[in-house]
Amino acid sequence: MPTFEYAPAPESRAVVDLDSTYGLFINGDWVDGRGTAFKTVNPATEEVLADIHEASPDDVDLAVKAARTAYTRVWSRMSGADRGKYLFRIARILQERAREFAVLETLDNGKPIKETRDIDIPLAAAHFFYHAGWADKLSYAGYGPDPRPHGVVGQIIPWNFPLLMLAWKVAPALATGNTIVLKPAETTPLTALLFAEVCQQAQLPPGVVNIVTGAGDTGQAIVDHPGIDKIAFTGSTGVGKMIARSIAGTRKKATLELGGKGANIVFDDAPIDQTVEGIVRGIFFNQGHVCCAGSRLLVQETVADEVVRRLQRRLSTLRVGDPLDKNTDVGAINSRAQLDRITSLVDAGEAEGAERWDNGCALPQKGFWFRPTLFSGVTQTHRIAQEEIFGPVLSVLTFRTPQEAVAKANNTPYGLSAGIWTDKGSRILWMADQLKAGVVWANTFNQFDPTSPFGGYKESGYGREGGRHGLEAYLKGDL
Amino acid sequence: MSTDIAVDATARARELLGVSRLTNQALTSWLHGLPGVDQVGCEARAAGLGTRSIKNDSKRWAIDLAISMIDLTTLEGADTHGRVRGLAAKALSPDPSDLTTPRPAAVCVYGDMVATAKEVLGDSGVKVAAVATAFPSGRASMPVKLLDTKDAVTAGADEIDMVIDRGAFLSGDYLTVFHQIAQTKAACGDARLKVIMETGELVTYDNVRRASWLSMLAGGDFIKTSTGKIQPAATLPVTLIMLEAVRDWRELTGEMVGVKPAGGIKTSKDAIKFLVAVHEVAGEDWLDNQWFRFGASSLLNDLLLQRQKMKDGVYSSATYIADDSPSTAY
Repeated sequence: MPTFEYAPAPESRAVVDLDSTYGLFINGDWVDGRGTAFKTVNPATEEVLADIHEASPDDVDLAVKAARTAYTRVWSRMSGADRGKYLFRIARILQERAREFAVLETLDNGKPIKETRDIDIPLAAAHFFYHAGWADKLSYAGYGPDPRPHGVVGQIIPWNFPLLMLAWKVAPALATGNTIVLKPAETTPLTALLFAEVCQQAQLPPGVVNIVTGAGDTGQAIVDHPGIDKIAFTGSTGVGKMIARSIAGTRKKATLELGGKGANIVFDDAPIDQTVEGIVRGIFFNQGHVCCAGSRLLVQETVADEVVRRLQRRLSTLRVGDPLDKNTDVGAINSRAQLDRITSLVDAGEAEGAERWDNGCALPQKGFWFRPTLFSGVTQTHRIAQEEIFGPVLSVLTFRTPQEAVAKANNTPYGLSAGIWTDKGSRILWMADQLKAGVVWANTFNQFDPTSPFGGYKESGYGREGGRHGLEAYLKGDL
Repeated sequence: MSTDIAVDATARARELLGVSRLTNQALTSWLHGLPGVDQVGCEARAAGLGTRSIKNDSKRWAIDLAISMIDLTTLEGADTHGRVRGLAAKALSPDPSDLTTPRPAAVCVYGDMVATAKEVLGDSGVKVAAVATAFPSGRASMPVKLLDTKDAVTAGADEIDMVIDRGAFLSGDYLTVFHQIAQTKAACGDARLKVIMETGELVTYDNVRRASWLSMLAGGDFIKTSTGKIQPAATLPVTLIMLEAVRDWRELTGEMVGVKPAGGIKTSKDAIKFLVAVHEVAGEDWLDNQWFRFGASSLLNDLLLQRQKMKDGVYSSATYIADDSPSTAY
């Protein structure tokens, strides 16, 4: 009897209408950038998708001025109820065009269509719906009777969840009455540029949302611009520190959502089959390109061998390949640079004596790929236990007692996420109290919801996004 | 001979549990020592498996496999010899317009209909399965249950679908359930024994996992979800738990045990989701009607419609499917 081969089930690309060149979206219109244009590629095939204009400091200045004018003349004067209407409209358009966004995100980012279709795009729409509801209720959010927006906010977002991170930033900023200059990551600008079209379609007043493309220099120009009142950044801890240094001594506010080295802690009374699923979701979701990934597995020694054995068996069933195929579980690494970084850290792990295992699956010839990989015998001093790999690589460490688990989990400069797997409710509560992590999941991992605040401790940044707490970042303090 | 098997089951259970005497306490410690099941996680995993997209050749292959795994079932008070003969004829020739169509694995009937089904099926290779042990409630004394079983085997049943005593199970009397399964297995002789756990009455996934392990320990050849008389019947999460159980049982003992979801699987799309779960959870060794079955009646006709559609490119009206089950509503 032949085996159960799944025939290719590719999602059609026809729904996406790609331009060959994209300019900048400033004051409701497309304008040419004055920097050096760059290309965005499909990481699964290395095919060039489009040329993207780079915003020079002058272009950024233009965008900030447009945002300021829109803020003073329109957006800050509009009632919350009316702002909410625009947000509802954007949310509905995102739902209507969900398939187009999902395919485009998969093309530009390399993540599987299953995830863009079922997670990225629906959650992005949900963030707009959620914040649309807040727009006319800010007086009741607990920040005083008449909380005010900052003005013009600069937002710099990463490449791992391009549209979702845009939604996390744009929705609360608009709901609270701020106007925006947003820069998507240079490797994944396309869904942000399609979102600009959505703003036009929703007839959002010109200048309320401005989207400028480029790399670090463009980002720096936004951070340094004197017309920016607040910076919201998601990305690496290194860049986060640079931003914090740049704005030190200025009146600019900031929220930073940075790196992580999340501990997923498994006790011997955990529901083992679901735990294995949760570990997989924790680190192989989105190729491990997740700041809150459960990249360190801390497992009680009594069950360590069994968990690793079950994990290896499960990883062998992960389907790695064409991100547009509906049956793909793990897609492409977002860029050559990221692939190089993963490879060098994995090599370091091997050189330091950890035992490397991967699922041995076949990889496509072209594009950037990395097999789901697991390191056992990892100790706290190994680089793969300390540094953020941001790839499909899991480091397995062991512990003997709950106290030791807490100590090891907290023994990192980061503090973004943690997971606890146990049947004991009391232990979950005790652990959650001890863990220095902004998000603690119990018997699950990587669950996101617009109503739930998200953010970090220590070098994972400050400020919260989502929920009532997330509004605070976009409203003026001393109320 | 029959007592030997029962003794063997107890002896093996003692060895697996590492105890000198098989007591209810020993069984309780063992079953309650199995890892728990997180309901939310289990259902999320089942939903994830349900999103696989099976197309073209793999769909064709899966449809034929699913047909070959069906236990074509009629279990009604109103069953007549004529209806059973009709169903058996349907099993021999599921789609008269296409003789390459595979036959279902078995016809599943009440014990008094075994001879009638056997008469039609003969040595065609399509098995006759009989429900026994006071199906569906299981509320009868043990001698009655054993006689029920032997009667069906004598009439020619190749497979026996027994029900466990859910009352005993839910009150924690695992030893009684164990002995009843072992004795029924002994009464089966060469017939394969499917153990119906009636998961809709066990309710929790922890119970389903424990009942699965208990049934395997007592010698069941198959673990089966439901009688079809209680809702919910065969859900994908419950089947997932059972597939994990047979997978882990093989790791422990080296033996394979079959899985049979029964009741409520009506469409090809659903059937394929179950096959995906079999493939990705238990493994491809179970993708064979020796180790996986669907207890169903109307499912066959939907699979035949889909099969014709894959061949001709158009959907036929259901009137193009020869049907011998008047209870199937159009």
